[in-house]
Amino acid sequence: MINRKLSFSNVMLFFGLVFLYLPMFILVIYSFNASKLVTVWAGFSTKWYVELFRDDQLIDSVLTSLNIGVTAATAAVILGTMSAYLLNRFGHFRGRTLFSSMITAPLVMPDVIIGLAMLLMFVSMASTLGWPEDRGMLTIWIAHVTFCTAYTTVVISSRLREMDVSIEEAAMDLGASPVKTFFVVTLPTISPSLISAWLLSFTLSLDDLVIASFVSGPGSTTLPMVVFSSVRLGVSPKVNALATLIILCVSLAAFIAWWFARRSDRAQRDAYRMLGRDQ
Amino acid sequence: MNIKKLLNPDWYELRARMGRRAVIGIPFIWLLVFFLIPFAIVLKISFAYTEIAIPPYSSLFDYADEALTIVLNLGNYLWLADDPLYISAYMGSVEIAFIGTVWCLLVGYPMAYAMAKAPKNWQSALLMAVLLPSWTSFLIRIYAWMGILRNNGLLNNLLMWLGVIDEPLVILNTNVAVYIGIVYAYLPFMVLPLYSNLVKMDKSLIEAAQDLGAKPFECFYKITLPLSMSGIIAGSMLVFIPAVGEVVIPQLLGGPETLMIGKILWQEFFNNRDWPVASALAIVMLLVLLIPIMIFNHSRQKDLEGRS
Repeated sequence: MINRKLSFSNVMLFFGLVFLYLPMFILVIYSFNASKLVTVWAGFSTKWYVELFRDDQLIDSVLTSLNIGVTAATAAVILGTMSAYLLNRFGHFRGRTLFSSMITAPLVMPDVIIGLAMLLMFVSMASTLGWPEDRGMLTIWIAHVTFCTAYTTVVISSRLREMDVSIEEAAMDLGASPVKTFFVVTLPTISPSLISAWLLSFTLSLDDLVIASFVSGPGSTTLPMVVFSSVRLGVSPKVNALATLIILCVSLAAFIAWWFARRSDRAQRDAYRMLGRDQ
Repeated sequence: MNIKKLLNPDWYELRARMGRRAVIGIPFIWLLVFFLIPFAIVLKISFAYTEIAIPPYSSLFDYADEALTIVLNLGNYLWLADDPLYISAYMGSVEIAFIGTVWCLLVGYPMAYAMAKAPKNWQSALLMAVLLPSWTSFLIRIYAWMGILRNNGLLNNLLMWLGVIDEPLVILNTNVAVYIGIVYAYLPFMVLPLYSNLVKMDKSLIEAAQDLGAKPFECFYKITLPLSMSGIIAGSMLVFIPAVGEVVIPQLLGGPETLMIGKILWQEFFNNRDWPVASALAIVMLLVLLIPIMIFNHSRQKDLEGRS
């Protein structure tokens, strides 16, 4: 196929990609089904999309999710940049092992454990410190910032590691303070990775059901929570329409993130070539 | 030299040290407060009694008449050990996650291998194609399978139309559906570390082996496979650990026979509102996952800090 060779692994790659994409294509096609019965095709219709926009509860949850997603991703990128910087540039400091364990643990920790732990902490804090008074947007935001920071740190860290340290050293030799060096030299160099880290956090936050279910309060319902409660009742064309819109938006965000990451790779390769170091 | 440093060395040093402390301190304290301490609290509450109150558990520490009494209730753990439901749920989770991981590896390894061997200008696009679904909503992707696997769903309709089967296969709400869901949801996490490992592999080793007369299968078995072991371990851990604690897949695709600890914990917490038992379940789950998490962290930290 790709190698113009029909080897076993190429066939597997082809079927693997079909396996990954076919269910979503089916979902998208059936969202335009006029029939209320999901299995019977009754012609093309966009009425389920119209119905989505009439659902106030749904629109509210979308706004809540977007609000948390944007602010949590921004905070996670700031914290992730700091964490990546201190893991890559600070050498040894006290508690380094503990810190890097805390950074990597959320990557694999099951969501139920993180969600339960966060909730119990918020409850304990509320009873001893009186803060947070009630659970809602703020507690979901804190939880999302915490687990997204793990991902942003990994993304930014890999970029920071590839960056040539001698440029930073040159700036500092020429009299720039560490802070100025960071903002004038380091930050512009790693900025593509900041964009992809932000988009990754944003999609992770928009997608999270389990942690948000634990730490949310009665007043705040996020989009995945609404989707989950309607999905449990079974398959419906309205959920298909919603799913299609979600797939569309997320694919777009992912594509932009990939594009930025790829462009930075290429820019870096060109820079190396100019320096005569082919890599 | 820095002019400020020459004029006022003390002030400059102080500011640099404060800056360094802030960069270390802010993320450190954030993770300490919102990630590490919560686990201590889960441990604490797993020793509490269930009470009908807000919050629904008893306090461990009691200070009265100048005496501090600490009451540790081991009952929650004994309750878990006593009830066969919980034990079989732990076994079931590990079993389902393990089989799911093996399937992911069997499907993902050839995919990663083909990607690593593909022409250079294809690789980035192929990687994107594999990763894109993992960015799309997890819930939606699992939901998509509900429509396909139902008794009157697409798969059964197709098979009946083809004449392969006469009666619809019952797949949804069985463990088969759970395996499909796990492979589908976690496949990208298996392919990514395998690909990044395989793409770095030195091709001259294979050429040397071929020159010396090794058959293709022998080459793979004796060279490629052992060299990609770190990728296999990283990918397997990325699938196995979250799959053990999976909540959404057993609830949407699984049936009554699907006993998984994440589902039980969820029900214990949201339906029974038994927070201490849910905490004890979480602690035992952590203990089960401790060794896999340590293996993963070890490989990840090497990666994060650029040592290899």
